[in-house]
Amino acid sequence: MTDRPPVSDWATDFDHLDPRWVTEPYRIWDELRRQCPVAHSERYNGVYFPSRYADVRAIAYDTEHFSSRRVVVREVPPRAPSGSEKPKSSPAASTLASPPITSDPPHHRPARMVLLPAFTPDAISRLETRARKICGDLVDRFASDGNCDAAIDYAQHVPVAVIAHMLGLPEGDGDRFRRWIHLLLHEGIAENASFAQALAEMDDYFRVQIANRRSVPGEDLITFLLGARMEDQPLSDEHIIGTLRLLLIAGIDTTWSAIGSCLWHLAQNRDDRRRLVSEPELMPLAVEEFLRAYAPVTMARQVAKETTVGGCLFKEREMVLLSFPAANRDPEIFPQADRVLIDRAENRHAAFGLGIHRCIGSNLARMEITVALEEWLARIPDFELADPASVTWSHGPVRGPRKLPVVFR
Amino acid sequence: MSEQKDLQVIVDPELCQGHNRCKAIAPELFELDEFGHAHAVGDGTVPPGLEGKARLAEANCPEFAIKVAQA
Repeated sequence: MTDRPPVSDWATDFDHLDPRWVTEPYRIWDELRRQCPVAHSERYNGVYFPSRYADVRAIAYDTEHFSSRRVVVREVPPRAPSGSEKPKSSPAASTLASPPITSDPPHHRPARMVLLPAFTPDAISRLETRARKICGDLVDRFASDGNCDAAIDYAQHVPVAVIAHMLGLPEGDGDRFRRWIHLLLHEGIAENASFAQALAEMDDYFRVQIANRRSVPGEDLITFLLGARMEDQPLSDEHIIGTLRLLLIAGIDTTWSAIGSCLWHLAQNRDDRRRLVSEPELMPLAVEEFLRAYAPVTMARQVAKETTVGGCLFKEREMVLLSFPAANRDPEIFPQADRVLIDRAENRHAAFGLGIHRCIGSNLARMEITVALEEWLARIPDFELADPASVTWSHGPVRGPRKLPVVFR
Repeated sequence: MSEQKDLQVIVDPELCQGHNRCKAIAPELFELDEFGHAHAVGDGTVPPGLEGKARLAEANCPEFAIKVAQA
């Protein structure tokens, strides 16, 4: 991170790992949207950054020209199969494919349909009581201390505990899960060994879990996947491992970041804090607005066939940062896009993506964010940043506060 | 602007990706299949008093999959 050449120009040389982009991206994106709506950089072997909602949407919908075979912009491309045509049993595919997020049509739909029933609002609502208990217990640990780190002591634990519960994994393995995510999505962006190490460890871990469920089935999602059928065939172990890797990675860092960003906002906005306490019925609108304004996830695509979007030529094999966070700040679609209005009633934000890859865990994320804020505010209605300068943000595809010291009475 | 005629909500099944915003906003007007994809309740006719919710569901669909039209 520290030895990266500084960015000379955001429109022609951007770097999403640049500290300025990491800590204060919105002004950079606003400027790009006005001056050069599709930025390009020679870094990472060539990467585009569309900043307008319309272009992000067009690319998300265009699976013919924009492939999901690579969904993270990394410094060193992994030893990757260049397409989904490679045989399923190839070792390279087994270390990378995480269906359905890395799948393109026609393979995407069947893999997604297998998972969808486990993530409907009804299925997720059955987890709410458990999530509420997890959040309440966490806040109770520090509520009388007068201070805590809202990211480290709270936000990061919530999705780990919930997803562990869903997958039937020990909550005590949470540190291990967070380490893998750090290696894959943070260190692994610029450094290939970390990436490979995390993949290998996850692979070993899930093979053991799968073997355990085969001998003693549970009521968890791993057992569900073992019994699932796709096009009348059981899922291969490689497919199951890829999907579990996806659920674990996508289910933790993202929601942890969203919860942290909500608390970061509330710590600095007394009126919003008080309003949510006195008008709890506003919570659903507020959660959507936080998701719009602080959307944590930036996906990526690889250009599969040269094409033009928004007047810009996209060259084959280069990457595209698909910034739903930037799309959500486009004033063409969202009036007063740079303001956080917790009662914004019309809000078709793209925080969970657009098109066939819409985040499968969106109902889970919404439930966790809502419950995490409600349980926090019920115990700590008034709180502030201990020191704004001590807040740090993650870099890479998922953005959220990683250190968030707050004080309260 | 006449709201006298019945309104009807229509979900385009090709566009719906199961964000479930409509179901959260107007559960009286939308229901979900086992995969979480939405369709209108019944023939989509909006009962009196729910016009506002129908419009909000339309305005909050990230995929522009919902249309509210005069029946």
